[in-house]
Amino acid sequence: MIESAATFAFACFALAMLMNLWKVVTAPDVADRILALDTMFINAIALMVLYGMALGSEIFFEAAMIIAMLGFVSTVAYARFILRGNIIE
Amino acid sequence: MESLFEFLVAAFLVIAGVFGFVGSFGLLKLNDPMSRLHAPTKATTLGVGGVLLASMLHAAAFEKYFSVHELMITLFLFLTAPITANFIAKVHIHRQETRDTMPEAGGDDHWATHDTPEDEERRHPTLTPPTED
Repeated sequence: MIESAATFAFACFALAMLMNLWKVVTAPDVADRILALDTMFINAIALMVLYGMALGSEIFFEAAMIIAMLGFVSTVAYARFILRGNIIE
Repeated sequence: MESLFEFLVAAFLVIAGVFGFVGSFGLLKLNDPMSRLHAPTKATTLGVGGVLLASMLHAAAFEKYFSVHELMITLFLFLTAPITANFIAKVHIHRQETRDTMPEAGGDDHWATHDTPEDEERRHPTLTPPTED
């Protein structure tokens, strides 16, 4: 039962990531592009954790944590660059 | 007992998958940029939370170790999702809205995202030494 549920979750998050990629390419404005990139980061965390579960390995949680931090910092940096023209003033 | 945990993990995984999918589908489907902000920040965060819960439960029930990494990731995501949403909304205000299209900010002031350098000087006056004459 867990195997089929995990396969379903993998498929859902993979499709979600493809839709985010489509949105990154076709976004009408920068705000949408930042939003789509941020969502891609979050979906990547979910895929990492699922993969760690599938392999029964703990290493992937560290990777997921690093992706979470990088995602937050890069989203804020991008938004800040658009807002102020500069990241660290 | 084993099958109860199995059922719980599978249920969390399915719920998480559905929420993650809906979050990203909303990003494509919704028409207005500020409605588009709702889908990923809420539904996708909930989806990741479901995956992390399933993973914790799986580790505790089947692999005989208790893992708190997931709690850290969940906490971090739940703390940062509102901040990123706020920044993205500010980018939208900065690029798409003017002072006239925004709702009233209260008082006779406008929203801080639309500040000009003069407004910033008014809000946070820099200390300048008095001139000679």
